[in-house]
Amino acid sequence: MPFIPHTDADVRAMLDVIGAPDIDALFEEIPAALRAPGLPGIPPAMTEMEIGRCMAEFAARDGRPLNFIGAGAYEHHIPAAVWAIVSRGEFYSAYTPYQAEASQGTLQLLYEYQTMMASLTALEISNASLYDGASGLAEACLMAVRANRKSKSLRILLPLALNPTYRDVAQAIAGNQNLVFEQLPFDAKGGQTVVSALDQYKGKDVTAVVIQQPNFFGTLEDVDAITNWAHANGALMIGVVNPTSLAVLKPPGEWGARGADIACGDGQPLGVPLSSGGPYFGFMATRAEHVRQMPGRIIGRTVDLDGKPGFALTLQAREQHIRRSKATSNICTNQGLLVTAATIYMSLLGPRGLARVAATSMQRTQQLVDALTRIPGVRLAFDTPRFHEAVLLLDRPVKPVLEALAHRGIVGGVDVSGRYPQLGHALLVCATETRTVNDIETYARALAETLRSSAAAA
Amino acid sequence: MHEKLIFEHAAPGRSADAQYPRVPVEATVPTSLLRATPPLLPEVSELQAVRHYTRLSQLNFSIDTHFYPLGSCTMKYNPKACNQYAMLPELLGRHPLAPESTGQGVLQILFELQEMLKEVTGMRGVSLTPMAGAQGEFAGVAMIRAYHRARNDLARTEIIVPDAAHGTNPATATMCGCTVREIPTQSNGDIDLEALKGVVGPHTAGIMLTNPSTIGVFERRIREVAEIVHGAGGLLYYDGANLNAILGKVRPGDMGFDVIHMNLHKTFSTPHGGGGPGSGAVGVSERLLPFLPVPIVGRDGERFRWLDQQDLPQTIGRLSNFMGNTGVLLRAYVYMRMLGRDGMQRVSEFATLNANYLMARLQAAGFEVAYPERRASHEFIVTLRREAREWETNAMDFAKRLLDYGFHAPTTYFPLLVPECLLIEPTETEPKEELDAFVDAMIAIRKEAETEPAKLQGAPWTLPVRRLDDVRAAKQLDLTWKPATA
Repeated sequence: MPFIPHTDADVRAMLDVIGAPDIDALFEEIPAALRAPGLPGIPPAMTEMEIGRCMAEFAARDGRPLNFIGAGAYEHHIPAAVWAIVSRGEFYSAYTPYQAEASQGTLQLLYEYQTMMASLTALEISNASLYDGASGLAEACLMAVRANRKSKSLRILLPLALNPTYRDVAQAIAGNQNLVFEQLPFDAKGGQTVVSALDQYKGKDVTAVVIQQPNFFGTLEDVDAITNWAHANGALMIGVVNPTSLAVLKPPGEWGARGADIACGDGQPLGVPLSSGGPYFGFMATRAEHVRQMPGRIIGRTVDLDGKPGFALTLQAREQHIRRSKATSNICTNQGLLVTAATIYMSLLGPRGLARVAATSMQRTQQLVDALTRIPGVRLAFDTPRFHEAVLLLDRPVKPVLEALAHRGIVGGVDVSGRYPQLGHALLVCATETRTVNDIETYARALAETLRSSAAAA
Repeated sequence: MHEKLIFEHAAPGRSADAQYPRVPVEATVPTSLLRATPPLLPEVSELQAVRHYTRLSQLNFSIDTHFYPLGSCTMKYNPKACNQYAMLPELLGRHPLAPESTGQGVLQILFELQEMLKEVTGMRGVSLTPMAGAQGEFAGVAMIRAYHRARNDLARTEIIVPDAAHGTNPATATMCGCTVREIPTQSNGDIDLEALKGVVGPHTAGIMLTNPSTIGVFERRIREVAEIVHGAGGLLYYDGANLNAILGKVRPGDMGFDVIHMNLHKTFSTPHGGGGPGSGAVGVSERLLPFLPVPIVGRDGERFRWLDQQDLPQTIGRLSNFMGNTGVLLRAYVYMRMLGRDGMQRVSEFATLNANYLMARLQAAGFEVAYPERRASHEFIVTLRREAREWETNAMDFAKRLLDYGFHAPTTYFPLLVPECLLIEPTETEPKEELDAFVDAMIAIRKEAETEPAKLQGAPWTLPVRRLDDVRAAKQLDLTWKPATA
């Protein structure tokens, strides 16, 4: 029997000890009228060899197109050592470290992770992960409501240039607790959030201001001015950031005069494969003063009975298994294994390696923008400083162009004109350090030919 | 055994150069946006990192290395094939926003997974997007709220939970803007129906139940519970944490539940990963179909596509940036296909056999079982109140001493209504010999409790650390390493 070790003799001996005639008798407390007649709709079992063949066929159907999409998930090189270690059963098949003495490996790793993330964001405290960047922002907004005790409005300002899915998720999760999300516009020329638009909220009660750096368009925001405005007006500052970018960009803890209060984002770029959307992990960091309002697991270093250093879950009085209906969040299981990957990734890259990944990605995106905007019918939407993404404007609808490129084995970006109709035919592209100059030329040639042939067809 | 922090292995200038992009380039952004000082990431060689993290892994207990009877968590074997086939390069490399035409393979897998989960739960629709059990709970309660709102039944804001419920249940109700009404459990383990009748009414949004319950017995009067709650206008939420106990034997949809979440990382054996990733897929009855979280995989003839807000205008919305923990879903799919229809029934049969056997043996050895007159489901509770009273060795002492004997401890002090309890869930993948060895260890520890209680009170003795000072951890917060200042 697959994965079940019992022999017939075992079963008989065990039933004798129980005093039951057969296994079915163990289900006698289930009312007969409710008993299911088996599972006829489930297919019969496959062997490992058969399912392996089946999965390989599914995978082959999807192939390996050349990827130029970012939009919240980024294709970076993942050192071979990362998943070789992550896949070890001792990490892979352990659970939440409730028994600290039997989980020191996971706990120490999480402490190291917290140290790395706190430093990367230049804030004092990091938790041990949330589900993903989008749900992490929802948690950050709820946390801001708890932490900003002077504010009663539950009003959170979200830039229109924030990843629109993040806004959707924040609304879906935090909306149930009556948070009010209001939008900050972006400048049509520069693609940056309009700082002066904040002034309409002067004198009003604002709980928190959110800014994404780089924003959804890849453009860099004036984070100093916005952070200073938030603090001058009694609001907390929440920064949504890309962890790779923090190797070169000013970290949230240093924004403006006092630094952001909460930083969050998606940790996927740190050693986690794209994998059709997950599992990724969300990170969150904050100032020490807000630690008790933070959701999720937190690991602390302490000592054992002999005075020897060791690690344990701490501040559990915030959490659902202790506080129940008064917990900071309902989060329980989070994304431990992905944090394991990220910690090993950051250790292998170190400060210089991560900075080089960031700078090379920026350079590649610049080369991509240069190559694509040389094509007739393609121009750059915002010519302002950016990280590793850019919005291009086409002279025709984007979707058919992307479909045509997909037929040539290229996924050429994301059509954002649905979410941003004011931009026109807008295409968001990204190139990381994994795209070579050749890849970029391949894309440019394919796009030029696609546009030429569709123009000829029209 | 002690392993230094990775930062203590570092030396300035050391690096794992093979992992770097080849040519150093300058980041070209205005100085005001640049980082002034580099982050505190370790500077180590590749071997140093590999050795350090391999050593850390060796400080863990895990399913692959130890019996892990952690009640309520279903720590069963995670077949290696599930990992390997979910990590084929094409599946790993696919960007979630790539056109559907380039993802028909993965979309078909997810579609088939939705269909299989509908079958095993008896529900009408499934969304795979919640990223853990607690997020599945959130989705479920949010759907219940959306349902009442859509009917303009705005007063329904109370969620009923039994006192034995998982902490996530009441925490979820709060996150959904609801208030919590607790009802007691009777001494035989069933819900107190009179108390339930007393709390339902025009404010009832719904009830959250686990069945078998968190005390490891099947709620026999579930149909009456359903009638009372439905009769009062509320809906029934099934916490699928214990689905392993009933797989193929009874379906939540047939019990009268309107919405369920499944912990794929429990019942369908995706790895627990040291605390995630999980997956909390939700299933719903007919009346909640319009409210399912998006995206969901739909099928138009031979083509698979994502159904989004446009397709389900009443959806509770999106819970993740993309489409949930896809890689976890792929693992669950491989597992379910390897089990097949008969293998899935064997899961509940042998999980239940193992639990009842272990319970019978421990009872015969003199341990007090919390609900002796009941059949165990896939888990059961031992209460150590006598041992605590007579020898001052409590449930935590037993748990820690078990670690010395090479067993991960059962869940301790949950559910809260049984004093000094161990919640023990052996799962179906453990052989009889392992269960017998666990019983031997429990007997030996009980003898130690009687003769040398200090052995328990000071345990563990043989692990990388002895018992940790949790109070100090919370009072003198040390949450990040700081370099010594020169």
